[in-house]
Amino acid sequence: MNSYKIIEHEYDVVVLGAGGAGLRAAVGLSEAGLKTACISKVFPTRSHTSAAQGGISAALGNMGEDDWRWHMYDTVKGSDWLGDQDCIEYLCKEAPRAVLELERYGVPFSRTKDGKIYQRPFGGMTKNYGNETVQRTCAAADRTGHAILHTMYGQALKHNTEFFIEYFALDLLMKNGECKGLIAWNLNDGTIHRFRAHITIIATGGYGKTYYSSTSAHTCTGDGNAMVLRAGLPLQDMEFVQFHPTGIYGHGTLISEGVRGEGGYLLNSKGERFMERYAPKAKDLASRDVVSRSIALEINEGRGVGKEKDHVHLHLNHLDPKVIEERLPGISESSRLFADVDVTKEPIPVVPTVHYNMGGIPTNYKAEVMTVNGSEKIVPGIMAIGEAACVSVHGANRLGSNSLIDLVVFGRAAAKRAAELVKPGTPHEKISNSETDKCLERFEKLRNSNGDNRTADLRLEMQKTMQSKCAVFRTEKTLKEGVEEIRKPYEGMESISVKDKSLIFNTDLVETLEFDNLIRQAIVTLDSAYERKESRGAHAREDHPKRDDNNFMKHTLSWCEGSKTKISYRDVHRSTLSNDVQYFPPQERVY
Amino acid sequence: MVQINLPPNSKVQKGKYYKDKTGSKNIRKVNIYRWDPSNDENPRIDTYEVDMDNCPSKVLDLLNKIKNEIDSSIAYRRSCAHGVCGSCAMNMDGKNGLACTKPHKEIKGDINIYPLPHLKVQKDLIGDLSTLYKQYESVEPWLKNSKKNDDKENLQSIEDRSKLDGLYECIMCACCSTSCPSYWWNGDKYLGPAVLLQAYRWIIDSRDEERKERLKKVADELKLYRCHTIMNCTNACPKGLNPAKAIASIKKMLATS
Repeated sequence: MNSYKIIEHEYDVVVLGAGGAGLRAAVGLSEAGLKTACISKVFPTRSHTSAAQGGISAALGNMGEDDWRWHMYDTVKGSDWLGDQDCIEYLCKEAPRAVLELERYGVPFSRTKDGKIYQRPFGGMTKNYGNETVQRTCAAADRTGHAILHTMYGQALKHNTEFFIEYFALDLLMKNGECKGLIAWNLNDGTIHRFRAHITIIATGGYGKTYYSSTSAHTCTGDGNAMVLRAGLPLQDMEFVQFHPTGIYGHGTLISEGVRGEGGYLLNSKGERFMERYAPKAKDLASRDVVSRSIALEINEGRGVGKEKDHVHLHLNHLDPKVIEERLPGISESSRLFADVDVTKEPIPVVPTVHYNMGGIPTNYKAEVMTVNGSEKIVPGIMAIGEAACVSVHGANRLGSNSLIDLVVFGRAAAKRAAELVKPGTPHEKISNSETDKCLERFEKLRNSNGDNRTADLRLEMQKTMQSKCAVFRTEKTLKEGVEEIRKPYEGMESISVKDKSLIFNTDLVETLEFDNLIRQAIVTLDSAYERKESRGAHAREDHPKRDDNNFMKHTLSWCEGSKTKISYRDVHRSTLSNDVQYFPPQERVY
Repeated sequence: MVQINLPPNSKVQKGKYYKDKTGSKNIRKVNIYRWDPSNDENPRIDTYEVDMDNCPSKVLDLLNKIKNEIDSSIAYRRSCAHGVCGSCAMNMDGKNGLACTKPHKEIKGDINIYPLPHLKVQKDLIGDLSTLYKQYESVEPWLKNSKKNDDKENLQSIEDRSKLDGLYECIMCACCSTSCPSYWWNGDKYLGPAVLLQAYRWIIDSRDEERKERLKKVADELKLYRCHTIMNCTNACPKGLNPAKAIASIKKMLATS
């Protein structure tokens, strides 16, 4: 059907994405003797893990008593009881081992006086089931993600991982509901590649670029999520989009929660530490959804700072400059570059900014992808990890420093499970060309489109809609408008234009394919948000201000075909994995 | 015979001129190197008139504006947009840097944007970094430590850890190596400042047990000693690191060991 020459590859396992999760999985797979390919649209150290600042959580107890059960309680509470407690138990119990492993890989963690890994306080991380602040977040200054990503890439090199770099993945190869590999486009030479794999592990990160202002990289387009949707599989809990309380006003650059962990605080235009009103105990270190809503309320009630009174100030100028230099050098640099602020003298102008997607591809704690058909079913041949996955350990709101630990714990879990499922060198069964043809038809159609709509304009329309209709606070009205408006840029794709027709580094086409991926996720995000008529974690409905455990203690599942969606639900797991810890029943969530 | 002139197919020609259509009174001219491997045409410089009244502050914003509003075919790498991923390294106004952290107001006159120097160009502003990546791999950038203790971290004093500051922050953008004349001439054999900085990051890590072997491995006329302390690397680093000092430290360790 198509004129593309296809280059064939056969692997035991293919990992799509080379951020923290993808690299950790690839290392584990290589260790297990599985023939592994790691495919990425950017060179591994350019992945967005590099932007993580504050740290990685684990109850090591280096700075005082700690217990993984306390970490688990905090994570359950942070998730507003939408997280699956069996998975959260696995995450928190495995966390200390995973961080020690990173240290032995060579991550340059900051140190305590006795030479151990330095840990700092972070939002929502407490001692003894919510009683007082604990120092649980392991840090390499404020460049923890960068340090981990570069170290993990070194480990992958050590294990001779086979990389396919600057390959853009197009679609999954599905046969009778099983995943058999994927199709990718090599940007370096323009060739099309078919990767056959017994297991495909999706580690493509989040889709922050659906919004106008986000801390996300340009490359955070959730390509794997969209491939899953196109394969007829559901995404989960897509309405839960985390706004980080402190993105630099006007630019969106992330200012780590570690700033508040080290003693920084927020002030409104009256010079009040307003977080004391909203979270009397935790104050500025309440969890992110709480702090973001508090800032939004202060601004809405006219107590914002600046000409437009539309942001607040983050102060750290009271801190010892030595502490800033040693523990927060990166944010000093960002503040200087993007806000023209000397943090030792002036406050940083900040505003809640889209930061993380709790939602994604539904999996169990072994990273196996699930769907629901009457009951939970595992989809053979496909796994998901990292921000792309929705395990769900973060539920309705992720705690700061729980994402880096998620990457390495579930990256390892995926490799372990794959090693149980696949015998190295197992031959691949034949599959027809129909899936490949379908995928290349979409590719060809977009590549040759000569319509009137610029990709950048459609993308902007989508981003503005998401920003205004699916923000920190939501109502029936805004969501209803959003549900309708978001379909316009989708329909606009019918008449899209791609100017560059070539195949080598055609970034015009890459951005168009990325838009095609983004818009599907934007649609299911809005539709899922519209259907959830309660407030939970990051999903705050002004018209339904209370959490409704009777009707909504369940995960949203969303399928998408074209711009049509189907919404269904599955129950939150209400049991733990082992008897080492008791199930935490829902409580009112106060900080 | 020695060929002194550039081969005809690498002569850079005058390209297209994109006139402003917004009617803005605040226009700047942006000259961008263009080359498409898919046709036989020579490289060219396209010129774009850009409305600066509606353009955020960095060169990357300017490029995005051109790509979004004027010419979507222009190719460059970009990702994080705040100086941590190293994707958008390029040559702006004759200097290497990250487009996402370089303010365009620092550039006087027309804004000239080229790929990083002396790399094989893959398309427009995208250079081929595969040699540098292979060299990075050759310094074995992972911790070598035989301790097999699964439930304890290696201890490291605050002082020993501080020796990694100024080294581990490197984002491998290649601004330094591609500004180094020695690397231009001997880039296939000389490791260059980026990779030597990384080599030193592992040599000086108190947890690593193979310092001697690592030193021995780089102690080579070409790999290391092609550095003639020209210092372009340190001037070019957009993260404020000092690769020249790291190279000097390696040389010193070799001289005194």
